[in-house]
Amino acid sequence: MDFSLSEEQQAILDMAVDFGAEAIAPHALKWDEEEQMPREMLQAAAELGLAAIYVPEEDGGSGLTRLDATLVFEGLAMACPTISSFLSIHNMVAWMVSSFGSETLKDRHLAQLCSMQKIASYCLTEPGSGSDAAALQTKANRTNEGYNLNGTKSFISGAGFSDLYVVMARTGDESPGGISALMVENGIDGLSFGAQEKKMGWRAQPTAQVILDNCAIDADSLMGAEGEGFRYAMMGLDGGRLNIAAAALGGAQFAYEKALAYAKDRQAFGRSIDRFQSLQFKLADMHTSLDVARSYLRQAAWKLDNQTPDATRACAMAKRYVTDSCFQVANEALQIHGGYGYLTDYGIEKIVRDLRVHQILEGTNEIMRVIISRSILAERDQ
Amino acid sequence: MKILVPVKRVIDYNVKVRVKPDQSGVELANVKMAMNPFDEIAVEQALRIKEAGGAEEIVLVSIGPAQSQETIRTGLAMGADRGIYIEAGQDVEPLAVAKLLKAVVDKEAPGLVLCGKQAIDGDCNQTGQMLSALLGWSQGTFASGIEIAGDTAKIIREVDGGLEHISISMPCVVTVDLRLNEPRYASLPNIMKAKKKPIDALDAADLGVDTAPRLTLVKVEEPEARQAGIKVASVTELVDKLKNEAKVI
Ligand SMILES: Cc1cc2nc3c(=O)[nH]c(=O)nc-3n(C[C@H](O)[C@H](O)[C@H](O)COP(=O)(O)OP(=O)(O)OC[C@H]3O[C@@H](n4cnc5c(N)ncnc54)[C@H](O)[C@@H]3O)c2cc1C
Ligand SMILES: Cc1cc2nc3c(=O)[nH]c(=O)nc-3n(C[C@H](O)[C@H](O)[C@H](O)COP(=O)(O)OP(=O)(O)OC[C@H]3O[C@@H](n4cnc5c(N)ncnc54)[C@H](O)[C@@H]3O)c2cc1C
Repeated sequence: MDFSLSEEQQAILDMAVDFGAEAIAPHALKWDEEEQMPREMLQAAAELGLAAIYVPEEDGGSGLTRLDATLVFEGLAMACPTISSFLSIHNMVAWMVSSFGSETLKDRHLAQLCSMQKIASYCLTEPGSGSDAAALQTKANRTNEGYNLNGTKSFISGAGFSDLYVVMARTGDESPGGISALMVENGIDGLSFGAQEKKMGWRAQPTAQVILDNCAIDADSLMGAEGEGFRYAMMGLDGGRLNIAAAALGGAQFAYEKALAYAKDRQAFGRSIDRFQSLQFKLADMHTSLDVARSYLRQAAWKLDNQTPDATRACAMAKRYVTDSCFQVANEALQIHGGYGYLTDYGIEKIVRDLRVHQILEGTNEIMRVIISRSILAERDQ
Repeated sequence: MKILVPVKRVIDYNVKVRVKPDQSGVELANVKMAMNPFDEIAVEQALRIKEAGGAEEIVLVSIGPAQSQETIRTGLAMGADRGIYIEAGQDVEPLAVAKLLKAVVDKEAPGLVLCGKQAIDGDCNQTGQMLSALLGWSQGTFASGIEIAGDTAKIIREVDGGLEHISISMPCVVTVDLRLNEPRYASLPNIMKAKKKPIDALDAADLGVDTAPRLTLVKVEEPEARQAGIKVASVTELVDKLKNEAKVI
């Protein structure tokens, strides 16, 4: 068993860290405060292959593995978890188009998804259905030309900012098998957006409702087959969860490193605070948490890459464990900074705010336990 | 035209360098290493020349311990075409490096050699110049601008007094300075492609070059710790101190 990164994987991680340090980190606090991020930065990332990391090369992507992708998101999140996570959602959609889209749908969008000339959002959640996503009520009624969409999607990352929206909507009965995935382009009649949500973290990226009011799209906008949308959406989430965990890891790693340095410089009671055993133990626990989280995350990614039977469960376990422990690490890093940790300029409170949502989205950590326990009980009762 | 770019593996510029306790050199164990930043600029420039149609092939050469191949890989991931690796210790002196590079030039017949102006470990700033002498080629050092047209290269040199514009004949050796360009990041697809690009190994002895050191290293010391500053009371006192104590004006 070899736990080391290959030379290429090390180069991938280094590149993501370096790009983040130069193109993202110097602006992260400003983007958070101004609640915006520049398209040019995203497109610069796309030029490096970061917008379609696991889209195959023949489709214009980088053709890498899920494990490689976790390295990218970890590295980028050391500069800003919000930006890293936004790229993760775009990557998830690019992958769905490449994996399930028809040739027509791919021809329409894939090249521009890879270059981020088109930015994509993923629309599953609705006001009345979050965790119970399969209960969604948005309707896509068949017309002569294609589909007519009606309904509201809530909490959509990139709403209003993105060019493409993959909407999970009901084309059939009330079961998960009645759900299809449809591509909606920004600017078409009947598509509008709610007010930007004011939120605790992830402020650099917009979050709003996507409102579909008699939105007519053509038949080629259907992704894959009718009734398969929920399955595609869930498959997207397996990898999405790894990425969200990786982004939490990068953010927590950054906070930890800041705290480690701060503990050396800060004096209290006549010595640097890293001379107190209570602080030393805190640092020891933080380092342990980060290493354990990283090892398991990479193992789960390896399972998804190798399509092991327990891959979905492993992704859920990684998402649950990594996002919980990384939030804890970030919070401890804030504590080590004392009152300064609470001040915006130190950059730590932003990480705590950002990482909080990693425990909620792409399936809450309770839902991760639902997935894990369902899987282990089924295995027992087989 | 073929461009040859020598790349050296050195201590990463972010690392705080520590002297070994026995003063025989600097600590390299468990220290992050990277491509010499000036060499990165040279690779970038070679790529730009190639992208503009001014070259067909970019060959990287690295001389040093086995891990120098990783440094070649870094340059291949930026977009260079192939690599040549010559096994040697970490501390090959500039003259030996220049002789090895001359042997490579004789074999490869490039039209241009682009070097970093110096490596940030030894800071020797000699290799490019020595190579040009050994080859009998013209040289343009500390380049912050390179323009090649036919048989001549127009070089903008950063010198103490400002910028010097020179025209030199090709083939030539150019050593690049910090402000020439900003090196690109290796894209994900290029990182993967680099794996498949060839790196040929050459042997110093086969090339007929003796790499044994000619210099004796007496000892390596930490620079003196910085003294605490003082506050001056007036401009007169400041000028007096600059004149008589620091002796800088
Ligand atoms: C900033 C942000 C960005 C987002 N971006 C997107 C996006 O781009 N696209 C998208 O589709 N969605 C997005 N979401 C939505 C997100 O996925 C949902 O918020 C999440 O799935 C939880 O759904 P909910 O908010 O409706 O909570 P609810 O489902 O109402 O859950 C409330 C609480 O009940 C618990 N709970 C629910 N069911 C169970 C159960 N069976 N067992 C135990 N506990 C349970 C939950 O864990 C939670 O603690 C985003 C959310 C946020 C905050
Ligand atoms: C929003 C806000 C409002 C405030 N309002 C006021 C106010 O109105 N008036 C006022 O006077 N102050 C105020 N404060 C300051 C606050 O009381 C201090 O921030 C707090 O006492 C911690 O001090 P510090 O920030 O210097 O952290 P430090 O003392 O530097 O502590 C840094 C870290 O080291 C740990 N540490 C320090 N010593 C030890 C030890 N011996 N053993 C183990 N661990 C140790 C701390 O627990 C902490 O985790 C405010 C702070 C904030 C953030």
